[in-house]
Amino acid sequence: MRSAPVLLEMRSITKTFPGVTALADVNLEVRQGEIHAICGENGAGKSTLMKVLSGVHPHGTYTGEIVYQGEPVRFSDIRASEHAGIVIIHQELALVPGMSITENIFLGNEPRKRGGIDWKAAQRRALELMAEVGLQEDPDTLVKDIGVGKQQLVEIAKAFAKDVRLLILDEPTAALNEADSRHLLDLLRGIRGRGVTSIIISHKLNEIEAVADTITILRDGRTIESLDVKADGVNEDRIVRGMVGRELHSRFPDHTPNIGEVFFEVRDWTVRHPISADRLVCKGSSFNVRRGEIVGFAGLMGAGRTELAMSLFGRSYGVYLSGQIFKDGEEVRLRTVSEAIDHGLAYVSEDRKAIGLNLLDDIKTSMVAAKLPKVAHHGVIDQVREYRYAEEYRQSLRVKTPSVDEGVTKLSGGNQQKVVLAKWMFTDPDLLILDEPTRGIDVGAKYEIYGIIQRLADQGKGVIVISSELPELIGLCDRIYTVFEGTVTGEVPRAEADPEHLMKQMTSTKKTPIR
Amino acid sequence: MSRIKDLQKNLFGGTTSNARQFGMIFTLVAIVLLFQIWTNGLTLTSGNLIAVVSQYSYILILAIGMLMVIVAGHIDLSVGSVAAFTGIVVAKAMQEFSLPWPVGILLGLAVGALIGAWQGFWVAYVGVPAFIVTLAGMLLFRGGNQYIGNADTVPVPEGFRAIGAGFLPEVGPDTGYNNLTLLLGLAACAAVIWRELKSRQTRREMNADVAPMWISVLRMAVMVGVIVFATLRFAGGRVGTSLPISGIILIGLVLVYSHYTRNTIGGRHIYAVGGNSRAAELSGVKLKRVNFLVMMNMSVLAALAGMIFVARSSASGPQDGLSWELDAIAAVFIGGAAVSGGLGTISGSIVGGLVMALLNNGLQLEGVGSDMVQIIKGLVLLLAVAFDVYNKSQGRFSIIGTLMRPFRRDDPPPPTGTTSLTDAGKAPVSG
Repeated sequence: MRSAPVLLEMRSITKTFPGVTALADVNLEVRQGEIHAICGENGAGKSTLMKVLSGVHPHGTYTGEIVYQGEPVRFSDIRASEHAGIVIIHQELALVPGMSITENIFLGNEPRKRGGIDWKAAQRRALELMAEVGLQEDPDTLVKDIGVGKQQLVEIAKAFAKDVRLLILDEPTAALNEADSRHLLDLLRGIRGRGVTSIIISHKLNEIEAVADTITILRDGRTIESLDVKADGVNEDRIVRGMVGRELHSRFPDHTPNIGEVFFEVRDWTVRHPISADRLVCKGSSFNVRRGEIVGFAGLMGAGRTELAMSLFGRSYGVYLSGQIFKDGEEVRLRTVSEAIDHGLAYVSEDRKAIGLNLLDDIKTSMVAAKLPKVAHHGVIDQVREYRYAEEYRQSLRVKTPSVDEGVTKLSGGNQQKVVLAKWMFTDPDLLILDEPTRGIDVGAKYEIYGIIQRLADQGKGVIVISSELPELIGLCDRIYTVFEGTVTGEVPRAEADPEHLMKQMTSTKKTPIR
Repeated sequence: MSRIKDLQKNLFGGTTSNARQFGMIFTLVAIVLLFQIWTNGLTLTSGNLIAVVSQYSYILILAIGMLMVIVAGHIDLSVGSVAAFTGIVVAKAMQEFSLPWPVGILLGLAVGALIGAWQGFWVAYVGVPAFIVTLAGMLLFRGGNQYIGNADTVPVPEGFRAIGAGFLPEVGPDTGYNNLTLLLGLAACAAVIWRELKSRQTRREMNADVAPMWISVLRMAVMVGVIVFATLRFAGGRVGTSLPISGIILIGLVLVYSHYTRNTIGGRHIYAVGGNSRAAELSGVKLKRVNFLVMMNMSVLAALAGMIFVARSSASGPQDGLSWELDAIAAVFIGGAAVSGGLGTISGSIVGGLVMALLNNGLQLEGVGSDMVQIIKGLVLLLAVAFDVYNKSQGRFSIIGTLMRPFRRDDPPPPTGTTSLTDAGKAPVSG
């Protein structure tokens, strides 16, 4: 493979967002006709790099150079990159569910005849393309009536219709079952034979090992290494080492845990997807939390950690099928959010803007929103009391704001997160479930958030931390559960937690015995 | 801080200040003054003010309910039909079964609650968008009105007419004014002063900036002045007239609902649902119950508005309540509510409604045809919301700031190199 000519070269790409450097001096070299995998933890910069390549982040918003087919290129938008034969297929498919396969394949690219659409030609060409990707369906079938795997094939056929030369797939198998995944990977091998180059971003390392010719590993927005799979004898362990091999030094406050008895336990928790009745998002998950303990949940995106947390929190996600929750030795039923709050649960969501906060609110209103009766007399809110509580939290959590009357949108990400934490601390919970509590927050604020989490544990509360950053879990948690495809696959005490071991359990269904 | 800045910051209560609402108060004042001049003083006569209140009070009552519906992220197109349906049911019941009029009113409210429960059920528990449910309701209850009334008018008894056409009785010594209206005005002045002082105390307890005393005095003076003026006008009309009963009902509802939406848990929940329903749900707000109650409340208020209208026109007919929903919705949006929900106030909606009412009234006094009146009202609605959208796209914007700009001299930038007086004062003493 090293002998083939270079198709694409991205040279010292640097891309910064306000306050964050997403990519720092990244280099990528893709050769003609290969399958090139890009690996890295969440937030390593994979998607940003692909957005730079495809023109989502247009020329001028980054520094560095892109050389494609031997010439420097400067894409101003997606259309420009598509014109050059670069097509990106995102994790969330860009298909119109209510249109037929043919219509979707040619959407925005319709064959024309005398001012109208040449449906005859479209139909004929669609059939050819469908044969190429191995999609056996009536081209008039609506896209919403076929499975996710076949929809993925429609996306690829759509890319072929645009004369694709470089196909980029972002987590193409994340939503697919095993058979569909295998078909897709075979298809990638097939198109390689016909000179189409592909870049694949995936968390499923076994698939990458099986299909990729070259692997580029990103970490913290930097290129770590580029591996030739055949020549270098790459295996999963080797990839994992590249992905997580980072020094852990004191990014965490010192903390001596004071751990008590198990007070919260979940047994065989099984929940199905809210819409597709045959898809289980939680499969017989069991775990427990002790007083004063910080418990981590490690898993890749889409592993089902958020779904597990939300389904526990008043059945806020999916359809409950079976399983039990025990608190202080007694079984509790948490059918609504208010029941969950009354039983001392708190859930801080991963997306604070979309579902964690009302962005129209000011700080004090947000902080008391989850337990208004605490600041009210007979249903009438006591403004002075509301203000005093908010002021108390502002000081103890060090929220940087001139006043608690300010709107929450005026705060930085880290301070918004403190407001959300205050909102849930205000409900006097026994168990806090924190879903990605430091996502999108700068390093200094992260340190403060870790301190808050440790203080909560020291008050005898149990804290569950869901995080996609392994170093964070290892640095913060007393115990870590790994989750893969909706199942708790392992339990690792802090002393034995190392990234490679965790990453292995996070990428395989093989259940290691739970101690 | 300069006095003008103080004024800018504090004149309008300071809480949840909203450029649109300020804008609307200014617009309202401007419209009043414009028509006052244009009609040679006809606008602010006792007779005209009393007429405006009795003519538009039911629209403003609808605007109260509509504000809550819109804040929760819905819409109600059925209010006109619900009002008409309730009117005919009540009129018919009083005519056929000779119900006493107080029972008639209770019956009307019960009919409103029932209709509200019906619509709330579809919106909250089945999940049909309120637009569709109430569009259906609009047809359903308009048809119901004509079915029950045989598309005919049904008169209502004398006692019932009081809620729409009644006035406060004349009691006490002959002062040349309606004494009860005077008393109401006095109470209102006392309430305004008490509230201002209480809010100062609350802000002190919250360690927040308390506005300088002169601002509070100015604000109280302005409001007391307006109240005294209005009281004298309403009390000084033709003998036998006063502030209309329907106006008193309206004021009572405004006070109750303002308190509810601003200061209670239930009110907070409505804003939470409209602001971010998923976040509200995950904070333990019972989404369905809030949606149900908001829709139900709207229909109860629509029923009340319908009865007041029937009382005023002394009969219920098939054309009652036509396009009321549009007036109520327009009032709410002119008053600063957000189309996407979560924002808006009762007082804003009332101001918005008054802008429409006075515009209507002034144009009619001038003999402008209903064609032009509609065109002008349409443009006002469009411009008011466009103004809001423009503001949002421009980020921060303050009407007061714009108005004050010509009078304000920006502080000169501190001269570099030298230390200004204030800086010297703050600098640590060295040595």
